[in-house]
Amino acid sequence: MKRLSIVLLLVLSGMACAGVEYRQFASPEQQEAYESLTSELRCLVCQNQTIADSNAELAADLRRQVYEMLQQGKSKQDIAQFMTDRYGDFVLYNPPFKLKTGLLWIGPVMFLLIGLIAVFLFTRRKKTAATVEISAEKQQKIRSLLEKGDQS
Amino acid sequence: MLKYILPLILFIVLAVFLALGLNLHPSEIPSPLIDKPAPAFSAPKLQAPEEKLSPTDLKGKVWLFNVWASWCASCRSEHPILNQLAQQKAAIIVGLNYKDEPEAAKGWLAQLGNPYDVSIMDQDGRIGIDWGVYGVPETFVVDKQGVIRYKHTGPVTPEDVQQTFLPLIAKLQAEN
Repeated sequence: MKRLSIVLLLVLSGMACAGVEYRQFASPEQQEAYESLTSELRCLVCQNQTIADSNAELAADLRRQVYEMLQQGKSKQDIAQFMTDRYGDFVLYNPPFKLKTGLLWIGPVMFLLIGLIAVFLFTRRKKTAATVEISAEKQQKIRSLLEKGDQS
Repeated sequence: MLKYILPLILFIVLAVFLALGLNLHPSEIPSPLIDKPAPAFSAPKLQAPEEKLSPTDLKGKVWLFNVWASWCASCRSEHPILNQLAQQKAAIIVGLNYKDEPEAAKGWLAQLGNPYDVSIMDQDGRIGIDWGVYGVPETFVVDKQGVIRYKHTGPVTPEDVQQTFLPLIAKLQAEN
């Protein structure tokens, strides 16, 4: 039984490897460009994955496209342009700053500012509330109540 | 007073954003190819692989470019609508048989009817990449000058045909 399961595992592990793509690069720089590009391009089928992460067929085709263009000596910029010409800025996980993408870039900063202003306003209000003056008469009363409490 | 109005304003702002979010269709990515010349190709015809078709062969004609495959389930639901559209002969319908087996594709056309004036083969998906195809089916409308004027992602419905495709085709047919 044990032997059978070992054989089975060995056979199955071979199948798991079959899905891995092997790419040969001319230089480490080229490999680095390939890895950074595929992790910056969005897979349009499963939109929350990069083409490096996705198993979708389109992602595999786009990886092949990136690889081939690198082999042809195209720069990273050329390849990013090639993709946006066909799929739009949406294909980039790091979209350029434009009128259309402005809210995307400014939004977080805007929310941070709103949050900071809100925190500032609320803490200031609390401070003024905390420093309410207590009249001498009331202070006297409080003191006498406290002293009474100590005696009992 | 502000104490009561502020939550209300916050609620309205949130509701507006959520309502906008509900009406977005993130799966429909606007194509940058609209109003651009149709990307060139020269691809073998499905029914006659020794012959090739390129967009320049269709200059002066309004044509639809429908991306389909025999493995694509939503293409099956779209197919009868294309068959009906083909009968009206409003425009030439060119099929892009995307990442498919030619035999399976021919079998599908024989079984379900062939709405295409011609289908071309794109077995490795390269034409698809040039056209920004990311989901099958997709349908492009190309005018007489060879410029892409419209793109529809997903299966075409009878409403789309009546409300979008036929009026647009009529308009483009009237252009020079």
